[in-house]
Amino acid sequence: MSSKSKYRGIDQLSARDKVVVAAMVVVPTLIVLWLVWLPAIGSVLLSFTNWDGIGPISSIKSVGLQNYKDIATIYPPFWPAIQHNLIWLAVMFFVATPIGMLFAVLIDRGVTGTRFYQTSIYLPVVLSLALIGFIWQLIYSRDQGLLNAITGGTTDWYGDPDVNLWAALVAASWRHSGYIMLLYLAGLKGVDPSLREAAKIDGASETTTFFRVVFPVMRPINIIVLVVTFIESLRAFDLVWVINKGRNGLELISTLVTQNVVGEASRIGFGSALATIMLLISSVLVFFYLRIAMKED
Amino acid sequence: MSLTANPVEEREKLLLKPREGGPRSGRRWFLPLVLTLVSLIWLFPLLLALVNSFRDYAFTAQHGYISWGGFTLDNYKNAWEQGDFGLHFWNSAIITVPAVLLTLFLSSCVAFVVARFSWKLNLALLGFFMAANLLPPQALLIPVYRMFRSIEVPFWFSESGTLLNSFQGLILVNVAFQTGFCAFVLSNYMKALPKELYESAVIDGASVTRQFFQITLPLCRPALAALAVLQTTWIYNEFFWATVLLQQGDKFPVTSSLNNLRGQFFTDNNLVAAGSMIIAIPTLVIFFVLQRHFVAGLTLGATKG
Repeated sequence: MSSKSKYRGIDQLSARDKVVVAAMVVVPTLIVLWLVWLPAIGSVLLSFTNWDGIGPISSIKSVGLQNYKDIATIYPPFWPAIQHNLIWLAVMFFVATPIGMLFAVLIDRGVTGTRFYQTSIYLPVVLSLALIGFIWQLIYSRDQGLLNAITGGTTDWYGDPDVNLWAALVAASWRHSGYIMLLYLAGLKGVDPSLREAAKIDGASETTTFFRVVFPVMRPINIIVLVVTFIESLRAFDLVWVINKGRNGLELISTLVTQNVVGEASRIGFGSALATIMLLISSVLVFFYLRIAMKED
Repeated sequence: MSLTANPVEEREKLLLKPREGGPRSGRRWFLPLVLTLVSLIWLFPLLLALVNSFRDYAFTAQHGYISWGGFTLDNYKNAWEQGDFGLHFWNSAIITVPAVLLTLFLSSCVAFVVARFSWKLNLALLGFFMAANLLPPQALLIPVYRMFRSIEVPFWFSESGTLLNSFQGLILVNVAFQTGFCAFVLSNYMKALPKELYESAVIDGASVTRQFFQITLPLCRPALAALAVLQTTWIYNEFFWATVLLQQGDKFPVTSSLNNLRGQFFTDNNLVAAGSMIIAIPTLVIFFVLQRHFVAGLTLGATKG
């Protein structure tokens, strides 16, 4: 076919074009390689060493898996942090995400005032989680907060290690469900209306139609929501950092890594081992995401 | 997606369009009532902060938040002065604007190559950028921090003498992290452009540079606008890298300067609320004025085309 030869034609480049195209790829690649991929490899390599961050790089000694052993056995905040990350994930996945999906389904039914509902529910999405921590302080503060004023209690919602994780999760869910609502709303609008009609003719109820017909055809969105929820739960940081720098009931893996680098005692090998654990978990998620996102190509 | 379609407008229409069939008969008032209630609950924390940012601390300390009165503008005045917001807004601007422009430019370059040429490595290249976007930043902190501390730059480039504590370093990190998402969205968009455009350009003898700047980029304007709005919000809101890579308080952008604010206004929640509102203003303006671009940017990444 003639068009085929033409396509080969537009892929043909002059010497100058080749330089331009190479630059277009190489410059961004180098930046990402330098600031994302090399540090990722660096974290993995450093996790097998005992570097204290002070001596020269030549003084680095390999210690095998010692850092990992220490983390699991003699580093008290580690297991609580893992537990908190898992709770975080569970709440986002089983509570915030279904709430967002429910809102999307309700709004999608096409009642008047759609714009108002949509706008109100995803308004928190434009705010940073750091800012959200401050805004919710008016509700959670011990002496003046609204929650204690209503209940007459004296709980320090951000300070008490028994409740502060849950207080943070309410604020995080407030934002997350708005985001999920928006994604599903776009997904629902993309569902072929004839599918619903066919289900209706077959006598399926609205609930059955949703779970058996609509939900399965939204598979790409479902996967993206799944990955977004997992990744955001693993990366959760800003909110707990502004509350109390991730101590006292709010330990997360992300805050432990940061404390080991920026804090008073910088334990590089140790912090790197924590970072490597994060990388391992996220690489599984990234793998699934890329497979789905690129499948259509 | 046709060539002339504007995805931003299309998406807005789509999201606001009532579904065919609509609500079933009976209890028609029920759903709007529930949704209005939910919306008000969702707005409540923000409204609470907004209202109390205008109230006197002494008044609410005495009467509690379940009261009315004590309105004043002093919180805003004090928060602006104590939080040094003039300086921090300036910092945010000189971080966010170059970072967004650079991200959009570099990701357009990558997307153009991936979409314009049918090479085998394209998919791997895109994956290389997208995966970078998804890695947890905290996991990369140690090497980035160490690297930035040891890379010396001339003083005219950054007064700190190293990339640590420099705006340039922070801008580069933001660019590296955001390029993947934008390249993915833009490459999908550019793939929908008809190849014939390039054919005629090649026949006319247009170089790749001209094709990129005079054909592809102008046609991608709606997608670029949507991404610009989204990226401006994200980079303005970025907290982690700014907090750890800029260690001097006077270099912090507004989002990170929140932390300083807390120490100073420890118990005065109304002052904190005023500070929060000041910080939220740019994103809220974006939200209300450019909402459709924001939504389009978010959903363009999730649903194709």
